[in-house]
This record gives sequence, structure tokens and C-alpha cells, in this order.
Amino acid sequence: MDLWSLEPVALAAELDVLRADVRAFLAEELSAGRIASHCDQWLGGWDHAFSRRLGERGWIGMAFPARYGGSAAGALARFVVTEELLAAGAPVAAHWIADRQSGPGLLKFGTDEQKRAFLPGIARGECFFAAGMSEPDTGSDLASVRTRGSRVEGGWRLSGTKVWASGAHRAHAMITLARTEPRTADRHAGLTQFIVELPDPAVRIRPILLLTGEHHFNEVVLDDVFVPDARVLGEPGSGWHQVTSELAMERSGPERVLSTFPLLALAMDHLAEHGDRASAARIGAVVGRMWALRQLSLAVAGRLEAGAAPAVEAAVVKDLGTRFESVVIDTVRLLSQVVPDPGSGERLSRMLAESILHSPGFTLRGGTNEILRGVVAKELGVR
Amino acid sequence: MSEFTAALVATVREACVRRSGTDAVAACADGGWNAELWAALEQIGVTTLSVPEELGGAGGDVAATVAVLEVLGEYSAGVPLAETALLAGRLIADCGGTVPSGPMTAAVTGPELRTRREDAGLSVQGTLARVPWARNAHHVAVLDNGRVLLLGRGDFLLRQGTNLAGEPRDDLEVDAVLPASQVYEPPADSPISARALRSRAALARAALMVGAGRQALELAVAYAGEREQFGRPIAKFQAVQQHLAAMAGEVLLAKGAVEAAALAVDTQGDADVAVAAAKVVAGQMAGVVASLAHQIHGAIGYTEEHSLRHSTTRLWAWRDESGNEDEWSEVLGRRALSAGTGGLWPLLTGTR
Ligand SMILES: Cc1cc2nc3c(=O)[nH]c(=O)nc-3n(C[C@H](O)[C@H](O)[C@H](O)COP(=O)(O)OP(=O)(O)OC[C@H]3O[C@@H](n4cnc5c(N)ncnc54)[C@H](O)[C@@H]3O)c2cc1C
Repeated sequence: MDLWSLEPVALAAELDVLRADVRAFLAEELSAGRIASHCDQWLGGWDHAFSRRLGERGWIGMAFPARYGGSAAGALARFVVTEELLAAGAPVAAHWIADRQSGPGLLKFGTDEQKRAFLPGIARGECFFAAGMSEPDTGSDLASVRTRGSRVEGGWRLSGTKVWASGAHRAHAMITLARTEPRTADRHAGLTQFIVELPDPAVRIRPILLLTGEHHFNEVVLDDVFVPDARVLGEPGSGWHQVTSELAMERSGPERVLSTFPLLALAMDHLAEHGDRASAARIGAVVGRMWALRQLSLAVAGRLEAGAAPAVEAAVVKDLGTRFESVVIDTVRLLSQVVPDPGSGERLSRMLAESILHSPGFTLRGGTNEILRGVVAKELGVR
Repeated sequence: MSEFTAALVATVREACVRRSGTDAVAACADGGWNAELWAALEQIGVTTLSVPEELGGAGGDVAATVAVLEVLGEYSAGVPLAETALLAGRLIADCGGTVPSGPMTAAVTGPELRTRREDAGLSVQGTLARVPWARNAHHVAVLDNGRVLLLGRGDFLLRQGTNLAGEPRDDLEVDAVLPASQVYEPPADSPISARALRSRAALARAALMVGAGRQALELAVAYAGEREQFGRPIAKFQAVQQHLAAMAGEVLLAKGAVEAAALAVDTQGDADVAVAAAKVVAGQMAGVVASLAHQIHGAIGYTEEHSLRHSTTRLWAWRDESGNEDEWSEVLGRRALSAGTGGLWPLLTGTR
């Protein structure tokens, strides 16, 4: 499959019914004041109770088969549900990593016992995961991880430090990438994924505050923590293959385009009142690109649904989409002339502030844009 | 892409490889058209794609037409297929008329064209500006307040002009009395409107741009692999790699948008948002891709002798034809503003 054979997707009519259900549910949640709309809620909006309500409706773990608590509804159904949640600015952070990557990873590489142990809880919106990949000296160059796993009787002992682990302080488990064999010429060999259940007395979790003061991610120190054999994910030594096989899912979703959509929507009524001809054109430029980016993200979901792993296409979605998320901010900021202020009584002012303060993360998390363009360059045959 | 479309595209590509290579394109520059390629396309039966077969067309949907246009754009093909099929052909067919054979083009009347009923027929006088490929067209379909006038070669004087790429964009001085057989009155439920015509033209240009963008990218990738500086191919420099990746991203986005818009035209009632968005991102792509392709090629790409110009001058020309980024953005912006905070998402997703 090459880059240029990506096909547009027309969503089946039955997904309209699903979409209408999600939309009606969200309207009710918002109007009852149970949730509030914000930008970048898949990072910042942690709400156990809301996740549970989604779980009750079958809208988490949609990719899992019924025997593990899911509905096997497929990638396109999941796309519809997630984009509706994101567009509404709903608080989805608690289950996000479990639903998007840990769950599918467990489904693909886990044992039956592991699937039984975790997937139903994930699908109910009760079991949350963190991703332990980055380290103080390991960022873009993920294969350089230093956390070590050593074989012991009945399992492994892990030592090392993970950083930027989103939600690890509230997660029930962290999938941890560690080196289990000495480095060789093949830098990708000898890495293994472990399911480290939390809390654990040998795991120290310390907050690293965002520049806003929010506690989102953490330093996680693994101090000789014991992991039984039953909590090794997949084959020892194939951690690299497993981590990279999730990338198509992790990088192509609507969350790579829509982090600032609630801001754009909120600005519409304001700009309809205060804007002029020139502002219509500038808004339209953003709306047109958003329409196109959504189509691209949807086309990648179509490929996922067909069983492919379109990692390069996903890299394109993420590179273009995440840069676009900041274009939305700048367009609203310059046209509305509203001063961003997190303490303002005006919603638009507050949401603008939120978006600006969250913007550095857009083009970093999940692989920086420079790295993503490197992936594309490789596909073009120049790397 | 359906098997039918895939086969069609492969055949058209073959014809382009044979008849629209670099030399053929250079020979056609400055208003020349590629008669051989046109003959081949007629033979394949694609020159009236999207026009119903029972009205003399080749059948097929807009998605297939767009797929063919992408290939023609890639090869800088000097043929009025968009004009013949999606514009003139569809105008005539939408009036229930049978499309004539041969290359055609289309225009919309403005204040400079006056019509008057006479005993002998409809008198038409005035000018039509910048009509694409008029000098090569056997017929010009003119949308005149809902009805369609079919002008023949003898119905106008022609002043030659070109766009940035040297493609014909001719001014017509019309002075004719058209018999009833050359005036098509639309049926009551006619889908014909100036807006619909402009929208089809914009989608066609966007599809051609996707092709030209792919070609500019391909040339840049190839050149970066060949050109050596500092003892290695410039493709080894990360700055160059990042330029190429940025180009690929823009082209993929525009391609996805154009094809999704074509699908929307074929399957949905209201594809206005889709087509406007496709033209906007294709225009954005054109700017980025043309400038980065030239940057990567250095001075050699800036010469008449180099074939890069065939793609980049087309990108620059087509982004301003049938409505530039700003014009279509304004259309979208107005829709978004009237949809308001609550209506923006339904507008984007085409749902209620
Ligand atoms: C909000 C947020 C949440 C996160 N959550 C998690 C999480 O839950 N779990 C987890 O494991 N990680 C998480 N991360 C970490 C994230 O994956 C890393 O930030 C990312 O991979 C980049 O690593 P780094 O920050 O160390 O930057 P570095 O890799 O040090 O990069 C710094 C700069 O150098 C550039 N650079 C590096 N290498 C190259 C190269 N080869 N070519 C060109 N430029 C290069 C980068 O593009 C970047 O601009 C999170 C990050 C953020 C911002």
C-alpha cells in the first residue's frame, strides 16, 4: 500500500444513528452541568465518573470483542464516537490511553489471561493505563531506553526512570518499555514491554507540573520492581515491534486535529457578531483545512478498519493536524481581539488562554513533528 | 477506487506517458494544444466522462472524472477534458441535450453579453473573457441566466490570451443569431446554476492541481537524489528531507480532500462545503509545493529548459482560476458564521 492509494471514506448510514446517540448524550451531559466543554480534554479532562458513563453505553473499548467486554464495532464506529466527544470538548483523558493504545496492544499481543484481567475493566471505563516510554535521556530516540529488565525466578525485576508518563498517578497499570538484553548493532532488538500494575511500593510516582501548574504527567521511578512472567506483554525482545505497531492508531486519530475545535466553535457566535468580510475568509480558510484534515484522518481510519497499519499516512495526519491546531488558536485570537486570560469571566477569553497554554504539547506528544516528517521522508525514499 | 475507474486511470496514464512526455508538453507550451493526446483520450472514451451515456456522454461518476483529471494534471496535459466533460458536457446534458462530439469549453455570461429575441433566432452580442481552450474548442457552451447557448466557431471572433502556464485563455467577441437548435432551455427541475457550474470548475481545477503537485514532488524527490553537494546527494540533508515531507503532506491532504469532495458530489445532496474546502486546500498546497519544489531544484529549476516549470506554472495558474483560496474561504466562512457555535460541527461533518 503506498501513500497515494489512500481512499476517501463515506460513513455508512448506521453510523449516523450512533453519532446521533452520542450527540444526544453529550447535549444532555452538558446541559445538566455534569461536564463542561474545554479544549484539549483528551489530555487534561480527567473525569472517572464520565468515563464510567461512557463505558456503560459501550463507547469505550469498541475495538474489543464481546467476550472481553467490547462491541467489536470497528475503527470507523470508534472514529465517530471519539470525534463527537472531542468536538464537544468532553473530559475523556481518564480512559484515553487505555482505549486508544493499551487496550488494542493487549488485544493484539496479550495472553488470554491478560485480556480477561484488563479489557473488560477498560471497556467499563474503570481501568486506566499509562504509557511508560520516555525517560530523562530518551525522547525521540525511543530505542535508547535505559530502564532495565532482569530475569529473576518467576518473572523480572525492572529498574529505571520514566518521565512524562501521562496520568500515571491515577492509572491502574503502566505499560513499560525496558531493555532486557544488552544493546547490539540492531538497536531495536532486546526491548520488552511489561504491564506494571499500580500502585506498587517499589514504584515512586512524582508529579511534574505543566507550565500551567496542572498535574498531568509524572516521573515514575521503578526501583527494582518485580513483574511476574504473567505480566510480560507479548514476546520478550519484541517490544520495539509492539510499540511501533500502535503508531498508526496513536497518530492518526481525530484528536490530532480537534484539540482546539471547541475554541473555534465557541468563537463562531462571537465572530458572527463582530466580524467583517475579511474575517469570513480567514475563518473559512481554517474551516476548509479542518474539513480536509478530518477527511484524511477518516481515510486512515478506513484503512485501519480494513486491517492495515498505515503508519506513514498517520504521520502525515499528525504533522499537518497538530500544526493546524495552533493555527486555529491564532485565527481566533487575531480575529476576535479577545485577550486570553485564564481567570476571565468570559468563556472565550478563558478557552483561548487554555488553548495557548496547552499548545506546546500538540507538536511534541506522540512523536515530534520533525520525527514525523522523517518518517514521511523515509517513505519517499530519501532517508 | 472502483475497478472500472482504476482501469480507466491506468489507460489514461499510459496514453499520457506516450503522448504527453516532457518534449510533447514543451512543444505544446504557449497555447499549443496536444491534439494527439486528445485523439487518444477520445479513443479511450473519457472526454465526456460524467455525462450520461444516453445523452452522448461516456457515463461514469464525478469520482472517476476527478481521478482522470489528476493524471492529466500530473502530465501537464494540454487538453480541455475538464471543460468538455464536467463543464460544457454537463451543461448541455442537464438541459436534456445530446452533447456534440469534439473538444468543448464553457463560459458564463456577464453584463458584457446581451441577448435579444429576433425572428431568425436569439441574437447574442458582446464579450466573454478568458475562456479556457476556446481556440481549440468546436463548441462553447454559455450559461446565460439558466439557459445554455451553444456557440460554434463561426459565432465569435477570438483574441488569444494565456494563463501563467501558457494555456489558452481567450477573449471572445460574440456576434451571432442562434437558431433554436443552439439554445437549450433547461427543464423545470434543472440542477443548472452558475454556482453549480463554478463549483464543478473549482473541483476540476483542484483535481488538476493535485496531479501537478504530485509531479512537482516527484521531480523534487528525484532531483534531490541526483544532485550532489558537499560530497553527497542533497537528499541526505535533513533540511531537504523535511521540505520534501512537508510537500508530500500538503499533496496528500489536497488529494484526500478532492477525492472526498468528488465522493460527496456523487453521493450527497449538498457538496458545497466539500468542494469549497477542496479548492481551498488545493490552493494552499499549490503555494507550498511550488515554492519548495523550486527551492530544492536551485537555479536549474528556474530555467525554461527544465520541466519543473510545467507543473509549477500550472499550480500558480490554477489556484487563481475558478475562485482562489480567499474566495472559497469566504464562502465557507459565511456558512460557518451563519451555522454559529452550535452548527459548526454539523456543518463540518455533513450531519444534522
Ligand atoms: C503533553 C505530553 C504528554 C506526554 N505523555 C507521555 C506519556 O504518557 N508517556 C511517554 O512515554 N511520553 C510522553 N510524552 C513524551 C513525548 O513522547 C516526548 O516529549 C517526545 O517523544 C519528544 O521527546 P523529548 O521531549 O525528549 O524531545 P527530544 O527528543 O529531546 O527533542 C527535542 C527537539 O529536538 C528535535 N529532534 C530530536 N531528534 C531529532 C532528529 N533526529 N531530527 C530532527 N529533530 C530532532 C525534536 O523534534 C524536538 O524539536 C509526553 C509529552 C507531552 C508533551
